[in-house]
Amino acid sequence: MSDNGKPKFGMYWASSCGGCEISVLNIGDKLLVVDEVFDVVFWPCAADFKYDDVRGYPDGYIDLCLFNGAIRNSENEEMAKLLRQKSKVLVAFGSCAYEGCIPALSNFTSKEATMEAVYLDNPSIDNPAKILPQPINKVPEGELDIPHFYHTVKSLDQVVPVDYYIPGCPPEPHQIWAVLEVVVAGLLQGAELPPAGSVVGAGQVAVCEECPLSKHEKTIDRFYRPWEIDPEPDLCLLEQGIMCVGPATRSGCGALCPQVGMGCRGCYGPLEGVEDQGARMLTALASVIGVGKTGDTEAQLEAKLDKIMDTIVDPAGTFYRFSMAHSILKRAKVNGHGAKKGEAK
Amino acid sequence: MDKKFEPLIIGFTCNWCSYRAADMAGISREKYPPNVRLIRLMCSGRLDPTFILKALAGGADGVLVTGCHPGECHYLEQNFKAARRFSLLKRMLNQMGIEPERVKLVWASAAEGVRLAKEITTMVEEVRALGPLNWPGVVAEDGNGYVAHLAPEEVSA
Repeated sequence: MSDNGKPKFGMYWASSCGGCEISVLNIGDKLLVVDEVFDVVFWPCAADFKYDDVRGYPDGYIDLCLFNGAIRNSENEEMAKLLRQKSKVLVAFGSCAYEGCIPALSNFTSKEATMEAVYLDNPSIDNPAKILPQPINKVPEGELDIPHFYHTVKSLDQVVPVDYYIPGCPPEPHQIWAVLEVVVAGLLQGAELPPAGSVVGAGQVAVCEECPLSKHEKTIDRFYRPWEIDPEPDLCLLEQGIMCVGPATRSGCGALCPQVGMGCRGCYGPLEGVEDQGARMLTALASVIGVGKTGDTEAQLEAKLDKIMDTIVDPAGTFYRFSMAHSILKRAKVNGHGAKKGEAK
Repeated sequence: MDKKFEPLIIGFTCNWCSYRAADMAGISREKYPPNVRLIRLMCSGRLDPTFILKALAGGADGVLVTGCHPGECHYLEQNFKAARRFSLLKRMLNQMGIEPERVKLVWASAAEGVRLAKEITTMVEEVRALGPLNWPGVVAEDGNGYVAHLAPEEVSA
């Protein structure tokens, strides 16, 4: 524990893929500036520090802690609480920590069904003895305790208070750098930091606002899956019937995906002031679907709606791909609606 | 099923047709169960799906959405928008494990008090048969201490 007067930097991964760490490295040679300004005191991916080192730090020792990954098990929660205690500024870094992201898609099912898919019922699995990880194991030396797997994936702010959120899966390097600059100015020159609880490193408007594809007022009568259609260049994807969550997603990425013909996935989370990204996307889509002319009977209207809605495969998973843990309902009801055991439907 | 269970249903009505249908039911002394709490909006097109999600997440056992018949909207075609949203929302709620009987769309003109009362009665009985939805319990069922949003902490850097 050296004290060279530099602000202390920590980064941790909970339930995540590691992409957030890569995107920090992607800030390129500015990483040298980070190293110059900060003293890294915890960063499992890049530097050799142990959990016990962190436990030994005084409270509030880490000036800036970037926490990526969702809260999936008891280890994640324990580290979230420990790092909250040891950090002055705790940032939910990336979509997982901010709103659950891909890990939270398992909130559509149960813990048991997830275990079964991973360890038992999977074409690439050979597990004839049906061995599943046990939280507590008795061995001759005593009892072994591994992290407990949770039923519901949570975002970081659902277990500890969070100061800032940086959205994105992963956050764009130029946005990370912009945030680091602000924090460095705050730490070193005493500049004012953004108000606590704000989403930083992102825009305030929808992805559509920064998307250069041309948009027209047009309704659609079916949706295409990406392999069913060759998107026309320079034309709004939603207009072509390609699912694009851009209207319900916060800007900041530079609309990278739509520009290469892939609809926005929604990784920057809901817009400023919007609580539920899925509900907002649903509303946006309802405005472009070309069904509803005066003259149709109620049965005709329903049949037409069913026909077009059937072309949207997995609406909830598509609209909540990144924000399930932060959505209003937060998870699916297991064993509801005539389901088999452990199934959500 | 616990006989004492009384379903709580949030009903959204539009100012021009379905709210008046509910009024009409009252004027005609048409009875319907008191389990539905009606909220008046100007139009079914005003109904943000967020309202429905919040009602369910907050403990409602069902949500009833009502509006003018298609083609009869006071605001020309906003109830078509409501129909499109509803169709998609139903699919999403299905994926969330919510029974289709719990969320219903009913068209009722200002003259159809009897019809609205009948629809409400049917829905209350269907939801009663399903039992409580208890969404706060669904979210908390894992027992790993679900904590709702905490207020951000002021931190001086």
